[in-house]
Amino acid sequence: MRVTLTVNGEQRTADDVWPGESLLFTLRERLGLPGTKNACEQGECGSCTVLLDGLPVCACLVAAGQAQGRTVVTVEGIARYPGSIAARNERGADGAAPTAATADGSTLHPVQEAFVAAGAVQCGFCTPGLVVAVVDLLRTRPHPTDSEIREALAGNLCRCTGYEKILDAVHLAAQRLAAAGPDAS
Amino acid sequence: MEFVRPTTFADALAEKAARPQAVPILGGTDLMVGLNAGHPPPPALLDLTAVAELDAWAVDDDEVWIGAGVTYRRLITELGTLCPGLALAARTVGSPQIRNRATLAGNLGTASPGGDTHPVLLATGAVVEAASVRGQRAIPIDDFYAGVKRHALAPDELIRGVRLPIRRGPQQFAKVGTRNAMVIAVCSVAVALDVARRTVRVGVGSVAPTPRRALAAEDLASGLPWDGGPLDDDVARRFGAAVAAATAPIDDVRGTAAYRRHSVEVLARRTLAWALADLDRSEAWDGMTGRSEA
Repeated sequence: MRVTLTVNGEQRTADDVWPGESLLFTLRERLGLPGTKNACEQGECGSCTVLLDGLPVCACLVAAGQAQGRTVVTVEGIARYPGSIAARNERGADGAAPTAATADGSTLHPVQEAFVAAGAVQCGFCTPGLVVAVVDLLRTRPHPTDSEIREALAGNLCRCTGYEKILDAVHLAAQRLAAAGPDAS
Repeated sequence: MEFVRPTTFADALAEKAARPQAVPILGGTDLMVGLNAGHPPPPALLDLTAVAELDAWAVDDDEVWIGAGVTYRRLITELGTLCPGLALAARTVGSPQIRNRATLAGNLGTASPGGDTHPVLLATGAVVEAASVRGQRAIPIDDFYAGVKRHALAPDELIRGVRLPIRRGPQQFAKVGTRNAMVIAVCSVAVALDVARRTVRVGVGSVAPTPRRALAAEDLASGLPWDGGPLDDDVARRFGAAVAAATAPIDDVRGTAAYRRHSVEVLARRTLAWALADLDRSEAWDGMTGRSEA
């Protein structure tokens, strides 16, 4: 079957989708977006976290056909399309926001920059899912406590067990976003 | 396999009647795990996420109607005051990513003995609205669970929603697991007090082939301190023992039968004490239910 959806601000179409296929498979194998990682395939690890209509979900547990006509943001698009309350309330809004440019000209979301700065990336496999989950957390709770962070990230596993640095990165991102003003997240 | 995506509930019922083997899918957080693992696919997936009328809840007199598509996230953020027990249980489900997708109706359709909302639905006296092209019927929750992962729905029926009373007093929920997130319950208990009637209902999960009530424990309601004051130790002990006696647990990968019997007894005493403490703190439960005369 054919599935048409908006991914990172662009309308995309995937053909020959098997009806039981996950959105994760479609993103990685049909739409050329391997940033969203595939690990447990049972919703335990969070490495496949994407924003679906503005909310973080495990892409491995969404049937691709359920994303027909919906809006998806993956880690590849998180810097440009971090989502917004408007994107949640009004399906289809892309919630584009200002981005920061890095030295090599690519753009990173402030949460991604904070992960780099805080040393919150080890093997990197859990990072895309964590970045998406943290972007969502800081949009709803700009200054989370440690326990709020732990609860918000309870569905994201880091097998390197780098959780302390991940908590540091979330606090750093929160500080930077607060300093940059309300439009930066 | 087919993928069927109706946009109205009437169309969904017609599709289900035409394909009784089709499996309904909402959040997919249970169903997709099996498909990803290569389990034999059903002949069709009946996707209900495009049926907007299921994605709503409403207050009707002294009841809350919760549409099949309402997610755990919304049970927590929108229904915590009207249905506190349900919101407490919802908060223990999976992770934020799971709670953003998974639904109350999905929990019912899966009918796992360990599903987190079942004890609350039993304790609050919920009613499942089953619908088909033949019409709609109300299934009392006590009649819904038919066995391990089996329920009372006919092959052509879909869950339209769930009705449960607006809270009539304190409600509590607790479950035992290896961490505070992402766990299937080793055991779980929900307690709901009805202040005006001076009754208590108790539901337990993961301790029998189906979720079930602990009727002998409910019979101890007259010994509870409804007018305030401490819970008598002997009553608390008898309450816990009666809940444990209502179970029929097994040994499995998550725990032994003996541990389940012990831990469900502890949780029963604890949740009852919490509910009674809430009773002490509340000034006017009647005002909250709007049913002081009942």
